[in-house]
Amino acid sequence: MHELSIAQNIISIVQENLNQEQQHSVKCVKVKVGKLSNILVDSLIFGFEALTKETNLDGVVLEVENIPLTIRCKDCETLTSLDDYIFSCPACDSTAITLVSGTELMVSEIELND
Amino acid sequence: MSVLTVERKVLEKNDSIAAANRELLKSHHIFSINLVSSPGSGKTSLVEKTIEFCRDRIKMAVVEGDIQTDLDARRVDVLGIPVVQIVTHGACHLEAALVSDSIKQLPLPSVELMIIENVGNLVCPSGYDLGEDKKVVIVSTTEGDDKPLKYPAMFRNASVVIINKIDLAPYLNSSIAELEKNALSINPDLTVFKTSCTTGEGIESWCKWLESNITRK
Repeated sequence: MHELSIAQNIISIVQENLNQEQQHSVKCVKVKVGKLSNILVDSLIFGFEALTKETNLDGVVLEVENIPLTIRCKDCETLTSLDDYIFSCPACDSTAITLVSGTELMVSEIELND
Repeated sequence: MSVLTVERKVLEKNDSIAAANRELLKSHHIFSINLVSSPGSGKTSLVEKTIEFCRDRIKMAVVEGDIQTDLDARRVDVLGIPVVQIVTHGACHLEAALVSDSIKQLPLPSVELMIIENVGNLVCPSGYDLGEDKKVVIVSTTEGDDKPLKYPAMFRNASVVIINKIDLAPYLNSSIAELEKNALSINPDLTVFKTSCTTGEGIESWCKWLESNITRK
């Protein structure tokens, strides 16, 4: 249950990126959440809504882009998107792999009403 | 409609404090570990055994993280090792800022090994860098051999896994070999130790590994 603390960090980053005129015109905040980042999206949205209530961000939508877990095999270079957390190459069984995506946890964009 | 491109890591503030912690520890030539596990897997018992085994050879200090009470810090204090207790009052993980405040209270010039015992939780601490050199995950036989598969991020982010309570394995339906296999399927680069804090089995090889990482001052 660290989603509340993550939501607070997201809000701080959003506030730091807004100038005076943009304070009350935020429509949507887009975040990227990797499959391996241990975030429960519903809890994150709940936390974001609770923490922004009666602030300049009240009603702002938190849009979550789920990033799949993908690996590249160092031996045969196959790129695979993993459904299960089995960190080996399905093409050649090698465990020499690099994580290409799935650990992301970032604020990507802020959408403003004009 | 206009769009502001941000592209900033949510935990960037924590990461920058962790980097400062790492720099501070490095400047004092201190090797540091972040001990993580579920509650009751034997983190504090392992800290006690490590102190008992290494105290004549390694100068240690300990940061204890708990949701409530200073029970763990008292267990370390009794052994005469410098210790700071962090009580998170409900928070499920340690953050770099809490560790930063704590390590500054310890006698860093005379420390060679800093043990940071995290809050018992296999989920939340995995994403928070504290500035440690190595993340060490403890998993005990009583938790079942499927735990690495259920909590992959923690095992993926760790460098070392300690399979603890091996003395209890004969009485359980979990297999040490299966536990090790599952951990390595998540992270084949894990260094594996098997220990019992009751019988003392395996403590020596774990302590020798620690010693091999110490920079002599």
